[in-house]
Amino acid sequence: MGLAIDVSYFLAAALFILGLKRMSSPVTARGGIVWAGAGMVVATLITFLTPDMHNYGWMTLAIAIGGGLAWYSGKKVSMTDMPQMIAIYNGMGGGAAAAIAAVELMGGEFHSSTFQILAVIGALIGSVAFSGSMIAFAKLQGLIKRSLVFPGQQLFNLLVFGGALMFGFMLMGADQPGSFSILIFFGLALLFGILMTLPIGGADMPVVISLYNALTGLAVAFEGFVLSNAAMIIAGTVVGSAGTLLTQLMARAMNRSLSNVLFSGFGSGVAAGSAEQGSEGIMKEIDATDAAVMMAYADKVIIIPGYGMAVAQAQHKVWEFARFLEERGVTVKFAIHPVAGRMPGHMNVLLAEAGVPYDKIYDLDEINNEFPQADVALVIGANDVVNPVARSNPDSPIYGMPILDADKARNVICVKRGKGKGFSGVENALFFLDNTRMLYGDGQDVAGKLIAELKQL
Amino acid sequence: MIEGFTALYIFMLAGFTGYEVISRVPVILHTPLMSGSNFVHGIVLVGAMVALGHAETDMEILIGFIGVLLGAGNAVGGYVVTERMLEMFKSSKEAK
Repeated sequence: MGLAIDVSYFLAAALFILGLKRMSSPVTARGGIVWAGAGMVVATLITFLTPDMHNYGWMTLAIAIGGGLAWYSGKKVSMTDMPQMIAIYNGMGGGAAAAIAAVELMGGEFHSSTFQILAVIGALIGSVAFSGSMIAFAKLQGLIKRSLVFPGQQLFNLLVFGGALMFGFMLMGADQPGSFSILIFFGLALLFGILMTLPIGGADMPVVISLYNALTGLAVAFEGFVLSNAAMIIAGTVVGSAGTLLTQLMARAMNRSLSNVLFSGFGSGVAAGSAEQGSEGIMKEIDATDAAVMMAYADKVIIIPGYGMAVAQAQHKVWEFARFLEERGVTVKFAIHPVAGRMPGHMNVLLAEAGVPYDKIYDLDEINNEFPQADVALVIGANDVVNPVARSNPDSPIYGMPILDADKARNVICVKRGKGKGFSGVENALFFLDNTRMLYGDGQDVAGKLIAELKQL
Repeated sequence: MIEGFTALYIFMLAGFTGYEVISRVPVILHTPLMSGSNFVHGIVLVGAMVALGHAETDMEILIGFIGVLLGAGNAVGGYVVTERMLEMFKSSKEAK
């Protein structure tokens, strides 16, 4: 039986790596998740045959409940809310790793002290990933609106972390760890995850989720060592390193370092005050008729979607509108900022859902020098990624972030629901420019009106 | 039993593998890939099952139960979400 289990875990690990490899190319991506899924099924089924196990009833029940709820929520959630679902599933993984460590620590049967140390480290990382991901979920879901910032926050967080470490060291050395110190240890680790995530602004959440994803992978790998489970070690480590790289790529796309994201309390209102100087003047409104005419007689229109389009579920209407423009001989291109939406590639996913072909979608580097030749830049629910203060105002918290140069187009039309600030809380100087017109309304309604106007022309 | 340097070698090689797999990935696949790797660490389910399987006291069983529940959520949820996202990439090509 041992051999069958080893072979299955080996197969699962291989399928995970091949699956991830396939997922890294658009052509094979769909097959990739199926391969990885097959690996997961094989590994889970064979685990039931592990010798000397009991509690099968509880095990089956837990899988049924956890899996059932996740299946239901995963199927039901709209594409817009994907980021927070990834956050919550990721947190569950971290929590599971922490739970493994807790059971092992309470059982107190470690083969060597190295395993005990790894179990505690994995528990710490897993707990932080768990509570941190839950806060990330709550923030993206809108359950927590404000970023919590208080004086001496970083020192306080450091103390909590230090406390968790101290109890962690105690657990590492103890022959039979007391349940009291185990409780305190997990309590402090969970608290640290919460405290660390609370001050981080919503716009930075993608990076944070990606970081927690990598951390969960690492925690899984450490618990894999403790259980001598090769599949967990390999899968966890692969995710740990891949996730770290992905996190760096995302942070780089925003031109910020990871430590800056984690410790600056960005967009919390403290920094935002200084940014408002650059945005003087008034916002000028335009109605749907004029906007439609302006674009219908343009040669080139560049559409810049943002989170607002996702919220309004406007991607289908926007694509329909773009096709009407194309029928009239207008060149339409979609410009996507690497961090538009709540995740890198979030907009690509939504546009792909609506059926926009790849060759009409352009990255920041590809499209930025085309804006001066564009007659209209149509900004739909994007804000920070087109804010010119990122180029001009060194005091702004988003200074230095590469942006889409929408302001260089001859005309800019911004579709926006209200007059408020963006998700990061920074005032957008683009809205006040002479060549900018505001088109207020929900993204989907506005796109519908524009289509209706186009039909009448 | 995976111990000492064997463990270290596995750790190193798997680390490089993850790094290699992700580098040179187009931006459009970042979200699905993050979701996919999120699914892959759902393998923690297997470990949680073993932990629950060996749990003795009521407290251990309770925590093991929670662990399996969370692990199953990670694995199943991660799969469903990733699959749905990648599904759209297929349809976009066919529509073209």
